[in-house]
Amino acid sequence: MALWEAATGEDTVAGVPARFVAAPASTEEASEVLRAAAADDLTVVVRGGATKLDWGMPPRRADLIVDTRHLTGVVEHAAGDLIVVLRAGTPLASLDLPGQQLALDLPLPGATVGGTVATNTSGPRRQAYGTVRDLLIGITVVRPGGMVTRAGGKVVKNVAGYDLGKLYTGSYGTLGLITECAFRLHPRPAAQAVVLRTAPAAAIGALLAAVRAEQVVPAAVELDAPAQGPVTLAVLVEGTAIGVRDRAATLAKVLDGEVTDTLPPWWGAYPWTGEEAGLKLTAALSRVPDLLGCGVALRGSAGTGVLYAAVPAEGAPTVVERLRATAIRAGGHGVVLTAPPPVRDQVDMWGPMPGLALMRRVKDQFDPAHAFAPGRFVGGI
Amino acid sequence: MTALERLATGLRSALGAGRVISDRQELRTYECDGLAHYKVTPGLVVLPRDAAECARTVKACVEAGVPFVARGSGTGLSGGALPHADGVLIVTSKMRTIIEVAPDDERAVVEPGVINLHVTHAATPAGYYYAPDPSSQQICSIGGNVAENSGGAHCLKYGFTTNHVIGAQIVTPEGDLVELGGRAPDSPGYDLLGAFVGSEGTLGIATRVTVRLTRLPETVRTLLAAFRTTDEAGAATSAIIAAGVVPAAVEMMDALAIEAAEAAVACGYPAGAGAVLIVELDGPRAEVEAQFEQVTALCDGNGAFELRIAADPAERALFWKGRKSAFAAVGRISPDYIVQDGVIPRTALPEVLRRIGEVSRAHGVRVANVFHAGDGNLHPLVLFDDGVPGEADRAEEVSGAIIDLCIEYGGSITGEHGVGMDKAKYMPRMFTDDDLETMQLLRCAFDPAGLANPGKVFPTPRLCGEVPRRHKAGETTPAELF
Repeated sequence: MALWEAATGEDTVAGVPARFVAAPASTEEASEVLRAAAADDLTVVVRGGATKLDWGMPPRRADLIVDTRHLTGVVEHAAGDLIVVLRAGTPLASLDLPGQQLALDLPLPGATVGGTVATNTSGPRRQAYGTVRDLLIGITVVRPGGMVTRAGGKVVKNVAGYDLGKLYTGSYGTLGLITECAFRLHPRPAAQAVVLRTAPAAAIGALLAAVRAEQVVPAAVELDAPAQGPVTLAVLVEGTAIGVRDRAATLAKVLDGEVTDTLPPWWGAYPWTGEEAGLKLTAALSRVPDLLGCGVALRGSAGTGVLYAAVPAEGAPTVVERLRATAIRAGGHGVVLTAPPPVRDQVDMWGPMPGLALMRRVKDQFDPAHAFAPGRFVGGI
Repeated sequence: MTALERLATGLRSALGAGRVISDRQELRTYECDGLAHYKVTPGLVVLPRDAAECARTVKACVEAGVPFVARGSGTGLSGGALPHADGVLIVTSKMRTIIEVAPDDERAVVEPGVINLHVTHAATPAGYYYAPDPSSQQICSIGGNVAENSGGAHCLKYGFTTNHVIGAQIVTPEGDLVELGGRAPDSPGYDLLGAFVGSEGTLGIATRVTVRLTRLPETVRTLLAAFRTTDEAGAATSAIIAAGVVPAAVEMMDALAIEAAEAAVACGYPAGAGAVLIVELDGPRAEVEAQFEQVTALCDGNGAFELRIAADPAERALFWKGRKSAFAAVGRISPDYIVQDGVIPRTALPEVLRRIGEVSRAHGVRVANVFHAGDGNLHPLVLFDDGVPGEADRAEEVSGAIIDLCIEYGGSITGEHGVGMDKAKYMPRMFTDDDLETMQLLRCAFDPAGLANPGKVFPTPRLCGEVPRRHKAGETTPAELF
């Protein structure tokens, strides 16, 4: 059987057409595919649910798409140990772990485990549970050239060897093909409540500080700010029924807000449309309010210092630079995650960052031929 | 003049005489870390005052082709900071400034020599603390914690050092100062900070660390439960987790560990206990009260014959005193001991403890167990008398057999102490050659000359630049031959 098939017109990555598509069903098959790809000098882009395939820069070349659609399923769920091992192509939404959860939110429906790890996406509940990098405890990767390698393991507490799982997390498929991931799980909380408050942008800083000052241990502190008008703050609390009731009541008092058991419709979704550029803005916690009032729609995790912005295509380069400068002054970064093609050509998607020389050396070591997603990552990596 | 003598002269003129130690007697102060059975007198000790001096020292080592090892408080238990006889030991104990505590940002910025507990002391007035708490938190340094990704009793709920370090300035093994991560989360680019934490000094030296501060909990409740057997205590632990409760800590001690603690600190644990559990819950009051009741009932239902609930901070401290002093206390019942640090899946606890018992009996070597039951991190204390011929060897065998058990059950060879010098030989039992070679790629990206803490973590690192797969077993860099 052929290791790959000819690509169709649908098989493009950020507008770059691929020549072949392979869909291995196991780590071993993937290893065979990547060995052959290296022998044929093919560049490789990994595709999961394709929900973030246009994030980052377009690859310089995409000879072969390695699709993870057959690389699915739960390898192991050790309920008593609160761990799960998943194949990379498994859709996150398909997980059904009775009484337990992989506490990763799903900003884009259809996202797979591998894609979520490769782009390090996380949603509102990062406040309580951390992000992919915090929940990932082990990883299996097929290196460019086909070598299968594992790091970490299946126990939560483990300091043997380098934590390469962290390195692969958020590497945008530039270091290898992730085939399996082990995660720590959390018990599903018995109860949830949301406290909502709408207020002018200028009042949000004080409200956020007030939430921080209380003993409410929020699972998420989110805000939704349209380009103009008041901002809505939504605080999620989780836990035992009594505990949640108490904390929601405290929050309602502090925020002068309303308690509900329904998440707002905008919860955990990115604010942009396909016609807009999507930015990720980060800031030191006390400086989150600095990001508000910039004239663009913002949404995200105010409680952890991560907001997402929707920037209309027209005039985008100027707005992106302004937002990025604001984020940097606030101790964070501004990254353009996705943008319509004309905007991509005009903006620096990643922005400045320290440590780039070391990052290049990491890429040179892990992918000496620069075959994996060339040009997609920071600094043209 | 040797390379080291030239280096000493150069560094004295660059940093000042007080920063460089070359007197043989003084050097011996630094001959080991907390794992005292490995001893090497360093070739030279340098005590930089700041990041620039640290970078200058590393640069000088690179120029001279001399290996260097970083050391914080020297409390490591895996020989990770074991000096190099022909190298420089860079001691960060003069870099002890808490640069900033910013409760509004939930961050603190500290120098690497700052003592772990001092971060908490600095943050407490504002209602915050630094969550990772190795048992040595009163003397261990943040730089060492970062190097080893060391944990502690409260990791189960609050995560490990790596989850609480969000930025670091490091000196690379080539002597460059580089910023990794930052004050805000999710820095773009490869997560080099994530890879650096726990790299045991082989990827450079942290010169400034930005840590996450955690809100002090509203309430803490602590329970001591006594069981007849470790099986019962293990079952109670599993039941608590299965009920969906994530305690701040679940610690277990077996009969021998209790005996040692009683002999040393008279902690007054229930008489006749084959195992005790210390379970601690913290958080908002109503939450903690509801779950504490549940936990108490679960211990009761799984065979606890005595339950004590700490009525005040003094009683809580007494519960913990036995646990925290257990390692040292073992000295009361045995002249020598090995502290092992392995991890198993929590559900395997009863079975693995039984098998440790079998190994112990078969070799005629006593093993006391005191450990973090909640996350399966075992600390078997293998007792022996060095004065009895052959006992040390048998203890070493038992210690190794326990590590093999951890691997057999899908666990890890170290949960918090690190691989260091001590466990490098076990790495190939847990990882394949391909896995280890992949880790070397990272090493080569950071440290192409192999000068940063050589000989630690990896048994036989491939030389950077060497063609993969043409590696001869046992090959080492010249710097590692000591």
